[in-house]
Amino acid sequence: MFQGSDKNRKIIDKAGKVYAFICGALLIIITVTIFYFISVKGLSTFLIDKKSIKEFLFTTLWKPDRENSLGGPAIGSLQFILGSVFVSVFAIIISAPIGISSAIFMVEIAQKIGRKLLQPAIEIFVGIPSVVYGWIGLTVLVPFISKHFGGLGFSLLAGILVLTIMILPTITSVSADTIKALPWEIREASYALGATRWQTIRRVILPAATPGILTAIVLGLARAFGEALAVQMVIGNRPVLPLSFLQPMSTITSVITMDMANTVAGSVWNDALWSLALLLLLISLGFIIILKLVGRRRIY
Amino acid sequence: MRKPRVYDEIATIYFYIIAFILISFLVLLIGYILYQGRESLNLNFITTAPKFMEKGGGIGPQLFNSLMLLIVTLVISAPIGIGAGIFMSEYAKPGFLSETIRISTETLSSLPSIVVGLFGLLIFVNMFHWGYSLISGALALTVLNLPVMARVSEDSIKSVSKNIKEASFALGATKWQTISKVILPSALPGLITGIILTSGRIFGEAAALLYTAGMSTPPLNFTNINPINPNSPFYPFRPAETLAVYIWKINSEGLAPDARKIADGSAAVLLIIVLSFNLIARWYGTYLYKRMTGEK
Repeated sequence: MFQGSDKNRKIIDKAGKVYAFICGALLIIITVTIFYFISVKGLSTFLIDKKSIKEFLFTTLWKPDRENSLGGPAIGSLQFILGSVFVSVFAIIISAPIGISSAIFMVEIAQKIGRKLLQPAIEIFVGIPSVVYGWIGLTVLVPFISKHFGGLGFSLLAGILVLTIMILPTITSVSADTIKALPWEIREASYALGATRWQTIRRVILPAATPGILTAIVLGLARAFGEALAVQMVIGNRPVLPLSFLQPMSTITSVITMDMANTVAGSVWNDALWSLALLLLLISLGFIIILKLVGRRRIY
Repeated sequence: MRKPRVYDEIATIYFYIIAFILISFLVLLIGYILYQGRESLNLNFITTAPKFMEKGGGIGPQLFNSLMLLIVTLVISAPIGIGAGIFMSEYAKPGFLSETIRISTETLSSLPSIVVGLFGLLIFVNMFHWGYSLISGALALTVLNLPVMARVSEDSIKSVSKNIKEASFALGATKWQTISKVILPSALPGLITGIILTSGRIFGEAAALLYTAGMSTPPLNFTNINPINPNSPFYPFRPAETLAVYIWKINSEGLAPDARKIADGSAAVLLIIVLSFNLIARWYGTYLYKRMTGEK
């Protein structure tokens, strides 16, 4: 099994080490390259086109192809940023209680049903591709909203509901992992004091699992923020402020998805889209940093 | 003493209701998708090419492109991901380098897939002049898949028992011989399960492919298997719209008169394939577990 001359063996041993090292280093290189190139493209709006970051982040006039005679391109993106924030925050508000409850059910209430039914169900939820969620949103949810709540159906509400379902498995499985990892002693201690199961869950399990549950929520939020196609399919894609649940609007990802192919490289419009991409990148980096900080607070 | 018990009952009922709703919702969802697509689940639909502005088109080329992209992506990302896993589990000492790789892996795996797609557009499509092509798409998917693959590999390699490693060293094997002939074979089941699971994810991915593999596919001549011939379905520099991208496109454009039916059918096919990956991985996992623990 271990043949070959000593010299050969040493060379192969060395080569193997170098190969593994290169593969590891490649992960760093790719990450750095992505940040570098998206930053360069995203910053040219401000460095080359001389647009102000203030206009980009805090105004809402999005006319990136406006003629110079009419005042030149306007790249106010606040409505997209708020769109992304609203759609993800509301999705989390609906999804988190359901996800955490089902995690508790899986671990504390009915382990057998949890393992045999709920866990596989959650995994299947994860497996469904996002365009399929988008397609169901488009063919079922949008007409339903239009019929029963009015409007076109393409709306903030439709985006929120589609995202709620998409991030539910993330929240459930991460919360369940956290709750499962809590030492059994704390439950036994609580029962020994005469507490009911619900008291134990509420006063012992939930507080102890809080950092992990927060991690689950941030992960869900990050996923919702970065999701592109499913949201784009149901949200209506109008560059307006999200002022009503029934009104069509846009998110950062949806405007990138819609317009990237229609714009000429180097134009202000195109550059502004790359700035949105850079913003998305920075926000997801922010989520990673928050996750690191939250993770550090874990007790168990 | 009575009240807490009542609360406990109420809570228990609440948790059962939530679980019940969730499971029935999933059953309903899958049932709906399969029911809507039932008419399209035939050989004709999954093998013929789509028709432009005309009824009765299929999804043959898109399905083929999805498979091609999956295979090319795995061929590129598996060796690199496994290599990185080997490095992290066997060579890297705790310190700056291993910490940086770990942070990079985490960052990379939580990037929105559209950002990865835009990166692919910038580098492979524009800078390398490969255009919207199979290879650009496969490389974008590789970027998405690498961190997952690296983590799966690291985990399965780390779970290999220390004893057999030491036994190998005791026989005078070098580190690399131990890794390639002892550790990797023992870690193989974990690696395979990981690869099947990630395959499902790659297969359903669309956002990263819109601007890399493109939203069109040229007429494919399946009798031409020479990969450097532009007419060949294996030619790496041709656009390669996948099934997932097609579902997105047909829903936004819907040029065919039976767009709805095509979308229904495509969603059902995509779901069936992705779920099969999931089931295969699950079945293979339990099978191996049973074999290894001798329960069989």
